[in-house]
Amino acid sequence: MYDINKVRADFPILSRDVNGKPLVYLDNGASAQKPQVVIDAITRAYSAEYANVHRGLHYLSNLATEKYEAVRGTVARFLGAADENEIVFSSGTTEAINLVAYGWAMPRLEAGDEIILSVMEHHANIVPWHFLRERQGVVLKWVDVDAKGDLDPQAVLDAITPRTKLIAVTHMSNVLGTVVDVAAIVAGAHAVGVPVLVDGSQGSVHQPVNVDAIGADFYAITGHKLYGPSGSGAIHIRKERLAEMRPFIGGGDMIREVSKDAVSYADPPMKFEAGTPGIVQQIGMGVALEYLMDLGMQNVAAHEKALTTYARGKLDGLNWVNVQGNSATKGGIFSFTLNGPAHAHDISTVLDKKGVAVRAGHHCAGPLMDHLGVSATCRASFGLYNTEAEVDTLIDALELCHELFA
Amino acid sequence: MASDAFEELVDTFDFLDDWEERYRHVIDMGRAMDVLDPALQVPANKVDGCASQVWLQTRIDGDVFTFQGASDAMIVSGLIAVLQALYNGLTPAEVTAVNAPTELARLGLDEHLSSQRSNGLRAMVARIREKAAAA
Repeated sequence: MYDINKVRADFPILSRDVNGKPLVYLDNGASAQKPQVVIDAITRAYSAEYANVHRGLHYLSNLATEKYEAVRGTVARFLGAADENEIVFSSGTTEAINLVAYGWAMPRLEAGDEIILSVMEHHANIVPWHFLRERQGVVLKWVDVDAKGDLDPQAVLDAITPRTKLIAVTHMSNVLGTVVDVAAIVAGAHAVGVPVLVDGSQGSVHQPVNVDAIGADFYAITGHKLYGPSGSGAIHIRKERLAEMRPFIGGGDMIREVSKDAVSYADPPMKFEAGTPGIVQQIGMGVALEYLMDLGMQNVAAHEKALTTYARGKLDGLNWVNVQGNSATKGGIFSFTLNGPAHAHDISTVLDKKGVAVRAGHHCAGPLMDHLGVSATCRASFGLYNTEAEVDTLIDALELCHELFA
Repeated sequence: MASDAFEELVDTFDFLDDWEERYRHVIDMGRAMDVLDPALQVPANKVDGCASQVWLQTRIDGDVFTFQGASDAMIVSGLIAVLQALYNGLTPAEVTAVNAPTELARLGLDEHLSSQRSNGLRAMVARIREKAAAA
């Protein structure tokens, strides 16, 4: 069974105070806190097991390489990928999507070719495609979400034309909490030969993910939201797409041979991992993913679903709080504004004084904020260690905001 | 060094028990403030570096410095009113001589001056000092 007290005890930062109040950390959508096992792994790596990877033949280099490369298998298991050579390490989802934009899309897409995006993408899954629009005339086609914040897979498929070369879509909105039926999008897109990239930054954190079942060509995850170190991440890329990609960043480690007038590249995934990587970050991410698999992602999902239901009930009871997005699939991400003149930054300032950490702003989702007609919201985003008591603290702090700013 | 209005504010804050009462007072000051005419809330008066939107317009009549401001956030509006108490009515030379962190610390509001805070108080102080120095 999921022992929440034991889970919380795994995260040392959760026992600290903020502004004289116990920390209530509800900014998991931005970045999650780290369990002791991850912190210990980082310390151990630097204390006893550190050297550069793939280079030396000395003991520590071999040890570090073994630890680092083992993470590829861990990521593959976490994502249900059959072949760990389809896992490319990255510094996070942003770099991973840029890899696809530069390595796969740029050499293939021509002026007038189309990329389909949902309106609720994070800037990480927008700006790299804007580069293609700006630099080579690629057309970005946007698919709206409905009034509840759902993205109809059929609406995405209906946007496909003979010029569509890629669909890039989030698995879970970082603003609305909507979970997208990406498998349906992939099935329909593949039926007409259109590849699909899925931004799994949020989706992989809150539910079990199986990239084989989803079938996407590209599925990116980011380690720091998965309770691992910042600067860690990976992307699952199908073999056929890997074979089509040219290298993005050039440097050491990704080559086979270099001479004055020629270069040949290593096989994937190394071909796409130039330079000294985030060795300890990735080792830490591996430990974080093992931690999640030990807890069981289905147990994490069940805990968060119960918490989400509780929070929705509480927030629904406050008729002066406007929560964005009401999808039946909504996970533990609540973006909201308050009736009246209070700005999102006013609310987050008062919540901070109460020890409650939330995000305030546009959440790197400009097109969605335009679609919703809001300039800034507060976002409370839950993680595997949050509790109903913390929801109550949030609600109490919101009551104070309501009174202060009414 | 600060204005009489600011000294009065310090006295008022001394009577307020906790952050909640102080914030309440700051918010009320923002509400009561004569805000900058919306027609003057233009890019030239916009203060960058604020997470919310902030506009300031300074004025120097003879040797008297004043400014007006506006923000779409209520706490920031209140902080503008606090800065008005701190600066308005001083000479430009006095404005540049004010040590804002020291003065705001007397209100317990200096935490808002940290460079990592995005409320823009630091940027507002910089704008005011720059305008006064140019006078």
